[in-house]
Amino acid sequence: MEVTKITNATRTYKIGEVETKALRGVDLSIENGEFTALVGPSGSGKTTLLQLIGLLDQPTTGNVFINGKDATHLNRNQRADLRKDAIGFVFQFFALIPTLTAYENVEMPLLLNGTKPADRKKRVNEMLEAVGLTDRAHHRPDQLSGGQQQRVAVARALATNPKLILADEPTANLDTENGKQVMDIMQRLNKETGVTFVFATHDPRVINYANRVVTLQDGLITNDSKSNGKH
Amino acid sequence: MTQLFKLAYRNLWRNKTRSLLSSLAVAGGMSLLLLMASVLEGELRGALQNTIRLQSGHLQIRPASYEEGKISLKWEDMIADPDQVAGQIKSLPQVTVATPRLMASGILTLSDESKGVQIIGVDPASEANQPFREGMIAGEFIQADDREGILIGNILADKLKLNVGDQVNLLVTTSNGDVDEQLFTVRGIFTTRTPGFDESNVLMPISKAQAFTATENHASTIFVLLQENEQAELVAEALRSNNFQILTWRDQNQFVVQFEDYAGVFLVFLYLIVLGITATVVTNTLVMAVFERTREIGILAAIGMKGRGIMAQFLAEAALLATGGVIGGLIIGGAAVAYFTVNGVYIGDMGITGVLFEERIYAHLTLENAITLAIVTYIITLVASLYPARLAARMEPVEALHGLGD
Repeated sequence: MEVTKITNATRTYKIGEVETKALRGVDLSIENGEFTALVGPSGSGKTTLLQLIGLLDQPTTGNVFINGKDATHLNRNQRADLRKDAIGFVFQFFALIPTLTAYENVEMPLLLNGTKPADRKKRVNEMLEAVGLTDRAHHRPDQLSGGQQQRVAVARALATNPKLILADEPTANLDTENGKQVMDIMQRLNKETGVTFVFATHDPRVINYANRVVTLQDGLITNDSKSNGKH
Repeated sequence: MTQLFKLAYRNLWRNKTRSLLSSLAVAGGMSLLLLMASVLEGELRGALQNTIRLQSGHLQIRPASYEEGKISLKWEDMIADPDQVAGQIKSLPQVTVATPRLMASGILTLSDESKGVQIIGVDPASEANQPFREGMIAGEFIQADDREGILIGNILADKLKLNVGDQVNLLVTTSNGDVDEQLFTVRGIFTTRTPGFDESNVLMPISKAQAFTATENHASTIFVLLQENEQAELVAEALRSNNFQILTWRDQNQFVVQFEDYAGVFLVFLYLIVLGITATVVTNTLVMAVFERTREIGILAAIGMKGRGIMAQFLAEAALLATGGVIGGLIIGGAAVAYFTVNGVYIGDMGITGVLFEERIYAHLTLENAITLAIVTYIITLVASLYPARLAARMEPVEALHGLGD
């Protein structure tokens, strides 16, 4: 079953009189449980495509479907609701709220979707354990290493049990060892829980983890190949 | 809700100095307004109470022919048998004091110096004389049977260099139109701490004043004090008759009453100016916070926080700033008000005709003023945060997260 589908999507940015076409007509369908890498050089449209899939942005033309539902024309609040329940995000920078502890950062999406306190506590502890950070639960982001912060971000992305996790260059700011740890965790969770991961990257070591690699260039998909992935 | 305020508190604490300065601006604005409101309230209240206890009373019973500003000693312009009239008025339950007074214009002379004065004939036993009794700074209060004694205010005594026991010449035009002149002895010197009054009034027993002005068994007015200011209209209505004019303290102190209205409008302008400045500080603080935390706003939006949730976040921060500011304002302003309530501010002789300002203004803060100001400050601070809160809420997630990839 498709977790997300993009049909004939274009995205044009207009800055002053200058128009930039970030996507020029993309069709992409992601099946449940995939571990997909979006690859391509800088400016190829990877992040733009992730933003459209993640409902952070809307296509200039074309359609975006999430779990079979057309989400193209949803308003801001409807998109926020859908993101809250169906999509998790991991960003390139360690996108945690600096004033909240690791525990509270993971708890935030559960607060937003109204999970009961007891269930919330259980779920946060489960997720911190899943990323190996139970002992860092009450540390703030500035008391954690980059790798630990990104693991907290993965735990937060998974907290509400979404079907789809979008990760934009998740290892770009990590050293090799930490990058590997984060990718190992993401791959393990993909296998254990069946959650779908789509991540943008141009790191060859990360690409090797993917069981599907979608290549973009100049706003178009130029290659789409499936493999067994690393390990 | 707890999480909202916990996050708001931590966000404010990220930039302690800026948050404290913003809260301090709110506190400063509120303190200033508390002080201004209480000093103005104190000034008006003091002037009114002073004028009531010394000059107008809560009510004055005047003859039907009485004209404002004109002191006439003609019998037809006076109240005959005033003790009986006063006795009838006293029977009303709201009345605490009703006493006849006789007013006459006179000239006080001492060797080659002379000064125009108002002679007030009073019943020395009346409680209405309490302000003079309490303010005696030299000598003794006059007795009812004293035929030569007078009391003078300390400013008049200073100007003419008079002491207790000194003799002065008083000159009046009597009810017959004749001029009479008599030597009096200064029995005592009083101060009402009201320079305008203490410079121009001479007190003597009403029986002597009647004899001196040939107004036997007549008085200019019945001076009435009530339990409360607000009873004046009610009692005036009860006393209404064709033979007398009943003048309430409002009738006699139109200037103060109008001044109070103007002062209220003036105070609203001051509120707006001071709170406008305070609001600008709060708006700037939060706008800076919005721009500093654009990326965080993007993250919150990405994980599903709606615009109103983001708005609530900044409103919670403003609410905490306002709470700190209002509490600080009540403490700082309260301390300043307490100081000026006890010590007052020296203003000397304001010299406004018809209004008896005391030489010091004492701050007077009413609970109503304090609560109103606290609520207004709180609301203005929250209103000031609406713009930055909406700015944050309207950010598109993709723009807030801008520059995170290609």
